[in-house]
Amino acid sequence: MQNSRHFVIVGILVILVAVLVNMGLDAAQLFPVKASIQAVPIDWMFDLQIKAISFFFALIMVPMVYSLVVFRRKPGETGEGAHFEGHTGLEITWTTIPLILVIGLGYLGAGNLAEVRAVDPQAMDVTVVGFQWGWRFDYPQGFSSNKLYLPVNKQVNLTLQSLDVIHSFWVPEFRVKQDLVPGETNYLRITPILIGEYKVRCAEICGASHAYMESPVIVVSQADYDAWLSEQVAAAQAAEAAAAGKPDSKRGAKLYEEKGCKACHSLDGAAGVGPTWKGLFGSNVELADGATVTADEAFLVESIKEPGATVVKGYPANAMPALGLKDTEIADLIEFIKTLK
Amino acid sequence: MKNSSSRGFITSLLFLVGGLVAGLLLGVILHALTTGKFSANYFTDVPSWMLGFLVGALAFFYGLLGYNGVVRGLVWQVVGTLSGAAFVTLVRWILDTVGGGEYTLFDLRNYGLSEPAWVFGGLVGALSFMAGVGAVGDWFKWAKGDETHDHHPEEPTWRTYFGVSLDHKVIGIQYTMTSLLMLSVGGLFALIFRTELALRLKPDGPSMDIISLNLYNSLMSLHGMVMIVSILLGIAGVINYLVPLLIGAKDMAFPRMNAFSYWVTIPAAVLLLGSLGFGGFDTGWTGYPPLATRAPLGMQMFYLGVWVAGWSSILGALNLITTVLRMRAKGMTAFKMPIFVWASLATSLISLTATQMIGLAFQLSMFQRLFGMPFFDVAKGGNPILFQHLFWFYSHPVVYVFVLPGLGVISELLPVFVRKPLFGYKWVAMSSIGIALVGFLVWAHHMFTSGMNEYLRVPFMYATLLVAVPTGVKFFSWVATLWQGKITREMPTPFLFLLGGIVVFLLGGLTGPPNATVATDLHLHDTYFIVGHFHDTMFGGYIFPFFAALYYWFPKATGKRLNETLGKWHFWLMTPSFLILTLGMMRIGLLGMRRRIADFDPTLGFDAWHVILTISAFGIALAVLIFFFNIYKTLKSSEKATGNIWDSRSPEWQVPSPMPAYNYEKEFEVVGEPYDYGLPGSTYVKM
Repeated sequence: MQNSRHFVIVGILVILVAVLVNMGLDAAQLFPVKASIQAVPIDWMFDLQIKAISFFFALIMVPMVYSLVVFRRKPGETGEGAHFEGHTGLEITWTTIPLILVIGLGYLGAGNLAEVRAVDPQAMDVTVVGFQWGWRFDYPQGFSSNKLYLPVNKQVNLTLQSLDVIHSFWVPEFRVKQDLVPGETNYLRITPILIGEYKVRCAEICGASHAYMESPVIVVSQADYDAWLSEQVAAAQAAEAAAAGKPDSKRGAKLYEEKGCKACHSLDGAAGVGPTWKGLFGSNVELADGATVTADEAFLVESIKEPGATVVKGYPANAMPALGLKDTEIADLIEFIKTLK
Repeated sequence: MKNSSSRGFITSLLFLVGGLVAGLLLGVILHALTTGKFSANYFTDVPSWMLGFLVGALAFFYGLLGYNGVVRGLVWQVVGTLSGAAFVTLVRWILDTVGGGEYTLFDLRNYGLSEPAWVFGGLVGALSFMAGVGAVGDWFKWAKGDETHDHHPEEPTWRTYFGVSLDHKVIGIQYTMTSLLMLSVGGLFALIFRTELALRLKPDGPSMDIISLNLYNSLMSLHGMVMIVSILLGIAGVINYLVPLLIGAKDMAFPRMNAFSYWVTIPAAVLLLGSLGFGGFDTGWTGYPPLATRAPLGMQMFYLGVWVAGWSSILGALNLITTVLRMRAKGMTAFKMPIFVWASLATSLISLTATQMIGLAFQLSMFQRLFGMPFFDVAKGGNPILFQHLFWFYSHPVVYVFVLPGLGVISELLPVFVRKPLFGYKWVAMSSIGIALVGFLVWAHHMFTSGMNEYLRVPFMYATLLVAVPTGVKFFSWVATLWQGKITREMPTPFLFLLGGIVVFLLGGLTGPPNATVATDLHLHDTYFIVGHFHDTMFGGYIFPFFAALYYWFPKATGKRLNETLGKWHFWLMTPSFLILTLGMMRIGLLGMRRRIADFDPTLGFDAWHVILTISAFGIALAVLIFFFNIYKTLKSSEKATGNIWDSRSPEWQVPSPMPAYNYEKEFEVVGEPYDYGLPGSTYVKM
């Protein structure tokens, strides 16, 4: 009889504590705003698990604390505890029920993942390029941006590529995350549902300045997006027209930042993965095969277009990716290199 | 070892300071020679300071011990490293001279600091240490046909612990002390980078205030691996000391291999910490290529250090399994073994079979850098994801290596303080084996965002969730053990640490499933939530039970009981500090705090949180300092505790403390169940 009274008290306390813990966690605002369709099923799953956590926390903590209070020896009390060594029925129960629960959770989790990965055939495309240490966003309309502009309520299929090491694309408000692996292409689908400014933050350690590898992500209305798009396209076309036959070192300097050149090539003579650009133009360069060439226009064009064609002595082969730059961009870059005496 | 070479503690401290200054100056001079100019900034060089620490430590131990034991090992390691590096340098110089090269031998910039030279030197240095300290000599004698002595049993003095001993009790204490030293070093690293995170002296833009980005990344990366090594040493210490006592064996099955397993961790630790002197590395403890391919030379020292330390795990596990299978006392059938022995067995099964994988992964990455073998280089047909599979095939199961012995300590000691049998002994024993086996099938849950094949994610989610089942059995059993007990009124320190361990491990366990379900993990992966979660599992599954074990068996090892008041200060300071630390980490992780970042975006609004977390970290450090002070004070005091002070049924408490050199004078026989508290007239063993 004594025992059943304990069980009743503990049972009531477990429910009470579980409810209180769950209320506390709900009130604590654990997550940033929900800014994508994908965040909806994910937050639903979080909510379910928080309920389970609250319950199991109470289920273990309450009888434990209760025992420590009620079954603690009174002052001066001696003697041993009740002698029971186990109960096979109980053991089977608390093995089987959790087993069913985790299989159920797995089943829900699989469906949940499918929801997060749902494909919209009308999705737009943007290529995300990560490098040490920055992001570049290539739009299919033929221009690049260092900010990710997205229209609201439209799925975007991000094509993820890395120029150097592993990075990871994460916008906390969108919830989902995907690594960028050099030499491979990964994809991530996101449907923004809330207009606002966010940041993509690299989540996989990628070297010294990993902490600072963040870029703006701007979700705007479809009309604003269209306006931005035509502005960018016009600017890109104008830039290309203006650049044709007129290479410009200022544009080259900008490309040096945006295209990831600076991850490997220094401007001040410092050692890097690739040769420094300081004093490069017109210098004599010793190649890995022993030959010496002059770093003239033709050599630099070839080195940028086909990085594997020649390898400078002392530097790793195949370290540089083919970037697919336009001829005008290459000319701008070479113009920039010329200025680096 | 001879007493005459001792110079006393105070003199040794002076040696330490002198060595530190000399090493630092040597580093500055070397730097000036290699660059051909001098700058006052050289005095803040990390490599010079590392050289200072090395020379200082050597001088300190030389003052204490003379040219003996660990001192000889370290000297041989230094000489071996330099010889190995010189050998490679010489070979390269000869090859280059033959080929008409332009470098001179003594141009350090071109040859002396080359990567192959130092890596080969590091390996030769580690082997030299083993020869110098004297941990391999007996095997060579056997090979020659010479006789060898069994060193033990002998009454150990404090000097015994600084040289090779074959006694499992001495080795157990050596492991434990080294573990506490590494715990302090790893903790110190954490305090340094947590202080950096708490400070924002430049309110706008990047704010690195006391250390550079590179040093932050190096310390953060080393914190992880130093703590892992510390944990492996700690469990090896407790297992080595206890298992032979619990099963009634005179020693471990292979005492020389046991000594080898311990001593090989010392050169490994030197290599690991030495990576700071070689430019550090910025990959985190995971060492993923291709970032690792671009990291400074410290990367290679890190890989090599872990590779060498792996031998300790593999051989130690082999030794333990043999000991448990072959050397149990009469009557100790499988289900009459103390539950801690089951946990040790489960943990050793993992160590024995999984450690090779991290060794292999690191070795392949090392070779990629050294020889251009492109295992993980996409451009040449390699695959960086392969490294992650190899790495996690060890590095996930190893977390069960860390926690199973700790959970074993909880199950072992709870009945003593509750005065009631362990509830469901067989189920608890089998749950350890179950966790060990399921643990092998879950590794890819660390790679849900990596871009591995999509169809792998769901099966690994199911497998990961399954771990909750045997883990749940343990929790339910502990609660059922407490139920209707006669719980010790005094709440002694080891019991508090057991309870703290259960609560903290519960938090770690409950925050696990959200990382297992793939979609939620897409948010949580690589955030502070994970950092909080696994610190809970490590503290609950290892640190708290480890302290419980130290407080509980300290009297067995020394004949003196640790001070209760200081013990309670230790517990009541560490527990809330730790809970605030990890719950705070989880909170900001959910809100967008990435892990492994040296600086964070001020617009996130986490500044106050980071100050709180750093203060909590210092709270934990202070608690551990109280523990060290407690050890010092207790060893100084003359109060004895030689009897069965916990009123335990376990065999080691049926003989006086400190444990006699021979363990048990006569072999005991198992005549009952290990945890039959409350069954009148029953005993576990007949002495």
